[in-house]
Amino acid sequence: MTTTNPQTMYEKLWQNHLVEDAKGQTPLLYVDRHLIHEVTSPQAFASLRFHNRPVRHPERTIATMDHNISTRSIKIDAAGEGAANQLRALAINCKDFGIELFDMGHKNQGIAHVIGPELGLTLPGTIIVCGDSHTATHGAFGALAFGIGTSEVEHVFATQTLRQNKAKTMKIEVKGQVGSGISAKDIILAIIGKTGSAGATGYVVEYCGEAIEALSMEERMTVCNMSIEFGAKAGLIAPDQTTFDYVEGKEYAPKGEVFSQAVADWKKLKSDDDAIFDAVLTLAAKDIKAQVTWGTNPGQVISVDGTVPSPDDFSDPTEKESCIKALKYMDLTPGTKMTDIQVNKVFIGSCTNSRIEDLRAAAGVVQQYQGQQVIEGVDAIIVPGSYRVKEQAESEGLDKIFTDAGFEWRLPGCSMCLGMNDDVLEEGDRCASTSNRNFEGRQGRGSRTHLVSPEMAAAAAITGHFVDLNS
Amino acid sequence: MEKFNTHTGLVVPLDIANVDTDQIIPKQFLQKTERIGFGVHLFHDSRYLDHAGTQVNPDFILNKAEYKGSSILLARKNFGCGSSREHAPWALQEFGFKVIIAPSFADIFYGNCINVGLLPIILKEAEIEQLFKLSADTQLTLKVDLPNNVITCGELSFTFSLNEFQQYSLENGVDSVGWTLDKLDTIKAFEAKMPAWQ
Repeated sequence: MTTTNPQTMYEKLWQNHLVEDAKGQTPLLYVDRHLIHEVTSPQAFASLRFHNRPVRHPERTIATMDHNISTRSIKIDAAGEGAANQLRALAINCKDFGIELFDMGHKNQGIAHVIGPELGLTLPGTIIVCGDSHTATHGAFGALAFGIGTSEVEHVFATQTLRQNKAKTMKIEVKGQVGSGISAKDIILAIIGKTGSAGATGYVVEYCGEAIEALSMEERMTVCNMSIEFGAKAGLIAPDQTTFDYVEGKEYAPKGEVFSQAVADWKKLKSDDDAIFDAVLTLAAKDIKAQVTWGTNPGQVISVDGTVPSPDDFSDPTEKESCIKALKYMDLTPGTKMTDIQVNKVFIGSCTNSRIEDLRAAAGVVQQYQGQQVIEGVDAIIVPGSYRVKEQAESEGLDKIFTDAGFEWRLPGCSMCLGMNDDVLEEGDRCASTSNRNFEGRQGRGSRTHLVSPEMAAAAAITGHFVDLNS
Repeated sequence: MEKFNTHTGLVVPLDIANVDTDQIIPKQFLQKTERIGFGVHLFHDSRYLDHAGTQVNPDFILNKAEYKGSSILLARKNFGCGSSREHAPWALQEFGFKVIIAPSFADIFYGNCINVGLLPIILKEAEIEQLFKLSADTQLTLKVDLPNNVITCGELSFTFSLNEFQQYSLENGVDSVGWTLDKLDTIKAFEAKMPAWQ
């Protein structure tokens, strides 16, 4: 009789995709799905051409235009010459190598990590890669999903595999239920606040516990999306009935008998009860409050009812130094109430928070303010994650709620999350942003980013400052 | 990819933790379809006082005369965090860096460095501290010996390690795609056994 050691979900995914583990070589893993976009692919295509190599599985590769594109016009030239060159190059490359492309105005176009799930391209039990660090989003389905560099994009194109060292495993359990008004964004920001911005470097994280199981698929995507923001290679959530119900019937998902077989396989993915993780972190969901970042990395975060910390609050010399640097850049004084911080820009969008539930949540807050407008001096934009999200929101009248209140309703794209198009903050701007990174200069040179939930961003737009919506 | 054997060069100490790839190469410079043209924009927001990049920031360490020509970057923990952009190692390489030494790197950045032939070396915090002290007092030149996994500076020496295959790839300038394409039969055999839904 043989016995199998209890395995984590990561170990099962690894085992299921291990093509070869030859002595002296980095293990070779099979890649099921490759998402590409205009910014990190052109040099990979150029190298394929140079070596006269084809894309091995164009049908496993899907391209979208997202990073560079204008959110005011579907014209390819609307976001400047550099962007247009990359977008045209992507179109030519996809045509030449036989890859399906969702280009400007296509009904399936949108941010890679929004369209993958909504089209059923993202499946549990698969390995999904993309030349973008927020690929971890797809881990919400129990897929091993991670960002890769352009050399790796080329490797996947040519071989449909990748060489990867095995990561350590970390279990993050969020016990109990979160309080009312606490979003998935608050959960993940609270986790990152606890671990620090590099707390999971070298690990694949598995999120579990009642609070995680209770989340919808879109909420789970928000949690997994920010795994990279505390250094994790990937984030995983065990697929369950919520996952299967979401995937069933999606355009690219398996159908009929094949779907049933898939579900049977997916049910085996969850970590065995007695599986051993290299690290374990436990949080009580009831302690998680609405979060706002105060610094220049996502780990520099605090509850909205708190105050801006002081360098003296940190014993670690590096953290102390980082705090001093961040406060200077953010132009914040220790002890300032988070609710007293005034913003002049609001961005609701990005692969973290641009899905229909995010827009519904933001619109709900706008409605709570009963006819109040975006306060004078604040510019607020809403950028849906995809054309499908946009269409759904419009069919529910959410766009009207936003525009009536003075928000700008834009076209889908990555937009102000990274500001590669013209959605850029000016020097000194202070932005409540539902995106994922508050790095110096991320949204524009000299601009200041506070990461928040869609609810908090909507409230900040109306009031001009952060609000403890629960008080 | 160029082979990496030994390298001797001047160290520039960048005394900042959590340097992200947005700092290394800001987004406005990612709109290229070639692999070149990034070095001039390395650390743009720190190197230049203005957005257009016409006024050099004299206080930024890479702009100081004593570090001109440096090819070894000494960094703090979690170097290269954030975006997966390979443009970051391309920019560092084009600027002239051959080696980056830090107590820890972000995972994606570390892999990207290996893939482009830029050697990332992890040393212990105390060793990093020692190197920061040395480079503050004097112009520090280090010899990095990859085959023997050792960094030397006069009497001092520091050992480091790399994953076996990554070490082999760097030393031999392996075309990783070509290497894997030689395994095509193994990949095809794997594909033949995959379930229908996959």
